[in-house]
Order: sequence, then C-alpha cells, then structure tokens
Amino acid sequence: MMSEEQIKNLEAQFEARIARDEKIEPKDWMPEKYRKTHIRQMSQHAHSEIVGMLPEGNWITRAPSLRRKVALLAKVQDEAGHGLYLYSATETLGISREEMYEQLHTGKAKYSSIFNYPTITWADMGAIGWLVDGAAIINQVPLCNTSYGPYARAMIRVCKEESFHQRQGFEIMMKLANGTPEQKDMAQDALNRWWWPSLMMLGPTDAESIHTEQSMKWKLKRKSNDDLRQQFIDQTVPQAELIGLTIPDPDLKWNDEKGCYDFGEIDWDEFWQVVKGHGPMNKERMKARVGAWEEGEWVRDAAMAYAEKKQARKQKQAI
Amino acid sequence: MSDKKNWPLWEVFVRSKNGLEHRHCGSLHAADEDMALENARDVYTRRSEGVSIWVVKSKNITASNPENNGEMFEPAHDKVYRHPTFYDLPDEVKHM
Repeated sequence: MMSEEQIKNLEAQFEARIARDEKIEPKDWMPEKYRKTHIRQMSQHAHSEIVGMLPEGNWITRAPSLRRKVALLAKVQDEAGHGLYLYSATETLGISREEMYEQLHTGKAKYSSIFNYPTITWADMGAIGWLVDGAAIINQVPLCNTSYGPYARAMIRVCKEESFHQRQGFEIMMKLANGTPEQKDMAQDALNRWWWPSLMMLGPTDAESIHTEQSMKWKLKRKSNDDLRQQFIDQTVPQAELIGLTIPDPDLKWNDEKGCYDFGEIDWDEFWQVVKGHGPMNKERMKARVGAWEEGEWVRDAAMAYAEKKQARKQKQAI
Repeated sequence: MSDKKNWPLWEVFVRSKNGLEHRHCGSLHAADEDMALENARDVYTRRSEGVSIWVVKSKNITASNPENNGEMFEPAHDKVYRHPTFYDLPDEVKHM
C-alpha cells in the first residue's frame, strides 16, 4: 500500500506529464479518478456508436437507390467499427467488454441522447449525416490529441472515417432540396426536427456542465460546450443557405460585432427529459439492442464451443 | 453477468504494404484464430489499409512494466559512444 503522501507525489508527477503533452499508456500509473472518468467517457462514446447504428439501420432496406444503399450500409458498418475501436481502447483501462455491455443494457451507462429520436423519412438519413455527424466531428477532432494514448489513437481512426459520413448526408439533403416541392418539404421537415437536438448534442451550457474543468486538464476536452456549439452553428448556417433550407430558429441572426451568429434559447427541459429516458425512442432503442445481444447468445456460445473442440482435436493429434 | 466463457481478446497487427513492418492497430474479441483474422479484416482494413494481418492472443504477450523503466532503459542513456556523433573527425572527411 502506498501512503497518502506517495500518492499525492505520483499525482503531481502525473499531472505534470499531461501538462507537458506526454501521453498516458495503459500500464502507466494513473489516479483512480482518471481511470474512472476515462472508462465513463470512452464507454459512453462506444455505446453511442453502437446504438447510433439503429436509427440508420432502419433505412438500409428502403434506401431510394443502390448508390444510397451502399453508402448507408458502409456508414453503419463504420459505426460498428468505431464502437469496436472504442470498446477495445476502454478495455485497456481494466474493464471487460461484458461489464460495459451490462452497463449499457441495464441503463447504468448512457449513450448520446440524439439516438433517442425517430427516423421517420428518408430525409432523416441526410439530416443525421449532415448535422449529427457534423456535430460529432466537432466534438471528436479535439480528442485526437487527448492525453490517454489508446483513446487518442482510436479517435484518429474515427475522425479519418467520419468525414465521408457528413458528406454523404449533405449530398442527400442537397438532392432533396433541389428536387420536387414534396422532396424539398421533406428535407426542410428533417432539418426542423434535427436542428435543436443536434445543438443539444454538444452538451449542457458551460454553466451547467459538471465535468468541464477536470476534463480540460486531462485534455479530454479542449474547448467548452458553448464554444463548440457556436462553432457548429457558424459552420452549418451557410451550408443550409447554400441548398435553400431554413434553420428553424427565428432568433438566428448574424452578429457583426461578435463575428458569429446569435441564436435562440435551447429547450434544455427537453434535453434532460431525453437523458432521463423519456425521449420518443429510448425504450425502443434499448429493446432492439438488448434483443440483438440476447438473440445472438447461442451464436457466440456455438462459436466458442467449436473453437474449443478444434483446439482439443489439435492437441490430440500432437500427442 | 453469466459465467459462460467469453470470446478471448486478440491483438491485431497490420502490414499496410509490402516493404513496411506489421504495426499494432488495435484489438478485438474472437472465438478462434480464423475468426480473429476475419474480424480484423472487417474492423481494421475496411479501406484497404492492409496487405497482411497478424493476430495474437493478448494473453500471450509479455510486456515490460513502466514502473521498471529506470532499470530497464536508463542504462542506455549514458552510452553516448553508441552514436556516430560521439566521434570527432576532421571536417575534411566529408561523409562517414
């Protein structure tokens, strides 16, 4: 056992390493709080990728053309991949895959609330790629430099692959916005429904955010939620104008003095309701996820039994 | 949690093209080595990132302990004579 003073000393050295931009690797000593915070954030991130497959998976069989279908399929496949990179990076901190699944399936661990909204038209595939992946990229790019090595490396891979997601979404929106009046309405309707939840995706306002200060120190966060949100709005508004769609915010206005957009009040009650499990699709998403896990159990067991049988046969031959 | 046997963890190494070494790129779970290779292909080479894959069970890797980094790596620090710049040569010897 280490004395309290020894731990303090180690903690000071640890913080100094991070301040010098050194990376922390799995077997290095780290404060318990660092380990726990990373397990929480990274597993939550992994869960979001996995649950994030559900709203889009919903449209794969009904994509309007083969081109759209292969793109959407590849995107959903990427999300599975991103979930797997992140789960294995999290496992390096000493939590097992099963424990993480357990936490997701029992509701102990959260995933991004945005996936608790329904995808009711094809235009939602466009809006998700453009807005949801757009907001995700803004959140994720700074994480490529985070202090925990395995997380940073996973994020570099994720970010490289993510840009196609946003482009394919924007292309869908652009096509619909330039189509028949019905198609344009469909695109506008999707923007109306996804705009505000996308802004909420960047997290509670700075005043309400409980993890910010510590996360900044550990480089789990480089910019505050409000700064990220502003960046997202400023980059997205001109894109909407370009394809002739209207951002559903009557208070949205360019502020010449500040050099950025002013925008309307976000309905944080809605955000917290969805976080607490009362969004339109929370139950449905968990049912699908837990169902997939349970129905796959016999396959996992059979694969393991087969592997053991093969192994036993090999050993017998060796004798 | 069940007491069932879970798929073991594998480390994945990918050679991006011939002439380069295999590099560690992550890990995954699989029941056996064949499945580990197939999963590695699907997870880590979706965009032609590799021409060859190695998988090895994580439990078969022995790693050095960072806490012993001192005795492990420091002996090399004061052996500057292992580097070419340690040796003084006249400027007239241009390349050596």
